[in-house]
Amino acid sequence: MTDPTTTTPATTQGSSHAAAASAGATSTGTGTGATPASESGIDGMGPNNTSPTADSNLTDGADILHQQPGMTVHLTGRAASEALPEKPNGIIRCEDVNVYYGNFRAVTGVNLDFGFNEITALIGPSGCGKSTLLRSLNRMNDLVEGARVEGKVTFQGADMYAPEVDAIEVRRRIGMVFQKPNPFPKSIYDNIAYGPRVTGMKVSSMDDLVEEALTKAALWTEVKDKLKQSAFGLSGGQQQRLCIARTIAVKPDVILMDEPCSALDPIATVRIEDLMHDLRKEYTIVIVTHNMQQAARVADRTAFFTALADEGTGDRTGVLVEYAKTSKIFESPDDQRTEDYISGRFG
Amino acid sequence: MTLVKESGGPASAPGRQAQTQFKGRKRYGELIIITVLRSAAILTVLTTIGIVLALLIPALGFFQQVPVTDFLFGDRWAPRFADASFGVIPLITATIWTTCIALLVAIPIGLGAAVLLSEYAKPGLRKVLKPILEILAGVPTVVYGYFALTFVQGTIFRDWLKLETGAFSVLAAGLVMGVMIVPTIASISEDAMNAVPQSLRQGSAALGANRMQTSIRVVFPAALSGIVAAVVLGVSRAIGETMIVALAAGNQARIVGGPLEEGQTMTGFIANAALGDSRVGSLEYDTLFAVGLLLFFVTLLINFISIQFVRRFREEY
Repeated sequence: MTDPTTTTPATTQGSSHAAAASAGATSTGTGTGATPASESGIDGMGPNNTSPTADSNLTDGADILHQQPGMTVHLTGRAASEALPEKPNGIIRCEDVNVYYGNFRAVTGVNLDFGFNEITALIGPSGCGKSTLLRSLNRMNDLVEGARVEGKVTFQGADMYAPEVDAIEVRRRIGMVFQKPNPFPKSIYDNIAYGPRVTGMKVSSMDDLVEEALTKAALWTEVKDKLKQSAFGLSGGQQQRLCIARTIAVKPDVILMDEPCSALDPIATVRIEDLMHDLRKEYTIVIVTHNMQQAARVADRTAFFTALADEGTGDRTGVLVEYAKTSKIFESPDDQRTEDYISGRFG
Repeated sequence: MTLVKESGGPASAPGRQAQTQFKGRKRYGELIIITVLRSAAILTVLTTIGIVLALLIPALGFFQQVPVTDFLFGDRWAPRFADASFGVIPLITATIWTTCIALLVAIPIGLGAAVLLSEYAKPGLRKVLKPILEILAGVPTVVYGYFALTFVQGTIFRDWLKLETGAFSVLAAGLVMGVMIVPTIASISEDAMNAVPQSLRQGSAALGANRMQTSIRVVFPAALSGIVAAVVLGVSRAIGETMIVALAAGNQARIVGGPLEEGQTMTGFIANAALGDSRVGSLEYDTLFAVGLLLFFVTLLINFISIQFVRRFREEY
């Protein structure tokens, strides 16, 4: 699979985000919204950043700001050369997916395609099955007693749940970052080296691999002098970036993130979001979030889920309501329930 | 709708005086509980001190007559003979043989069972297996002792395998002692592994590790302190176990050169000599306490080493 977008000359640097944020070059929701020019400056994007895609992304970010006056948000959009295709190409594809825990159907009838090198956000109220769906995208649900997936989940066209498929291999290709940072009780170095070691990756220099992973996760400069120290000495935000670095180290194609910022403070959250933008160039990211601003800030596409009560049994089950580009979901959703949710009327 | 405030906070009660002093109140129930708990703690400490003193005083009497070096490094143990000799090495060799054999059985089986129960077994299987394992810990040691003597040594070793061995062997005693220790090691280390947060296992699985890798590289180091505690407890039980070795290892105090030989362990000697035919206050009687003191120090030393080991290698979560 070729990917022209990764060769974009105007790269988005995490450090430039942070610098811009601290310099105060951020929108503060004063009602004027964000001007595309200043925002593209923050992102360090090329001068041709006037494509409708980028524009609309920025606008919906600004919309969110109207809803949350006083909240400091800096926006990131896609560069013009990375224009979002109309349809996701379906690196992971869900067809009529039902997920059960025992007899309880947590997710019903989900059809969803995820796009290569895109960030897709799954949003919705609690209990709508978004985390459950996420966990069925790399067979993490296999570890849950009684969990079962019906329908078809494909990765690059191959059925992930086919009997001959090794779930461990699936998880190596599709990594996962969890809600609470869960570093191993080992040194920073060993946390990163763990994945390559257990998967038997052929590594010419583990030191280089560790440095590369930590650099990509924007953590290298902070930890390079204490690689042998315990990962538990890091702050929550650093631990979460370490977990991202650990995931990157096994060179997955997709990174699933299950509310990766919910246990972090706002500054750490900004850093993780910046990181996600950087990572999009090489990885496909699916993120579950409760934070709609976050979805608006980081995601190219957003899927809105909700919980429906089954008419017969009264059991609630998660369904996909609407899936579209983030700008559409946040500006002009087709479904009234989406509109209600994002405007805060329910959920 | 109107809100009526009747007994709101201090602000809405103008007639009320602000209290400036807290009322004193003795909580007698709490005092009683604290006293009971404190005496329980003190009692255990006093018992330990009492045991040490009870061992130490007769042992000192012993060491006034027998030099410590003769005791520790002498290779002939014959306290009842006319030309009495008090070299403890033969007893130590027998103890080392039975203990090592027991641990060779108990550590792999115990830890294997713990990993199975904590990492692989489905809840249903676990519910059945764990109680069965713990029943094994409740079998009286004298039963194990006869099992070792008659079935393992008599039937298996001599009748079936036709091994060159007498009525007793350190191997039979050690093997059965190992079986006896399995539940101790399995149960305690399983608890320790179970206490490792699930999130670490998930993190490991999400990186493409299989269950065995997760167990060995993540769960095991994280649970190390509990696992070492389990093994140390197992070692202490093996060294201190009396009934099995007294019955099945034999009572010839001589240096044990192979697993099929018989030998008298430290505890075996104590059990044998304490049967009542040595006069209180005699040298032979004091010998019991010297050996007891040695046992005590060995266990203490093992505990100390294990604490150091855990400090060094534990991965704290």
